[in-house]
Amino acid sequence: MRVKVLLFAGLREAAARPELELELPEGATVEELLTALEKERPRLSRLLPLVKVAVNRRVARKGTEIRPGDEVALIPPVGGG
Amino acid sequence: MVRITEEPIDLEEVASALSSPEVGAALTFVGTVRGIEDGERISYLEYEAYEEMAKEELLAICREIKARWPTVQRVVFVHRIGRVGVGEAAVAIGVSAPHREETFPALAYAVDRLKETVPIWKKEVGEKGARWKPAK
Repeated sequence: MRVKVLLFAGLREAAARPELELELPEGATVEELLTALEKERPRLSRLLPLVKVAVNRRVARKGTEIRPGDEVALIPPVGGG
Repeated sequence: MVRITEEPIDLEEVASALSSPEVGAALTFVGTVRGIEDGERISYLEYEAYEEMAKEELLAICREIKARWPTVQRVVFVHRIGRVGVGEAAVAIGVSAPHREETFPALAYAVDRLKETVPIWKKEVGEKGARWKPAK
């Protein structure tokens, strides 16, 4: 399945785009998504250890399965206020 | 009231959103942009948000506050995004209740939670360059 991944802040700048697409097997988990990103986007790998993954606008656990059409976003350490 | 905006924050609007006939105490925190950070002169901050999720997280904080301090009447979050100049307000957070006692801890909680869970990022742009700064 094709999964669209939203990028913000330093990740968006490192990727030079606000979103990217990844090909993942059906039922891939958040952890598998991160592993695939690390391989396919080496420029992002330095930033990934601190990143949380949101699925449908909620922070997801590593074991959460991603379904076709889910809204997936990488959340680097936040800094509001 | 929860709002993410590119416009300057209107504190009178925050005050009126906090008021109601039951309210006897309204407390507002205003976070402004410091012109000096670790000895470096700062030009401006640039804020970015994952807006839909940020609004949902802010509404979740409002619910947490009302569960912990049931007498709290109103909770207001207004956060700017885009470029915010030195001295300008980047965020205003308000809490109101019939009496003052619960407003102080509720407001402190609101500020802390904003910095923990809400997907908003800030880039500090100063004389030594630009960097994304996580909350301390």
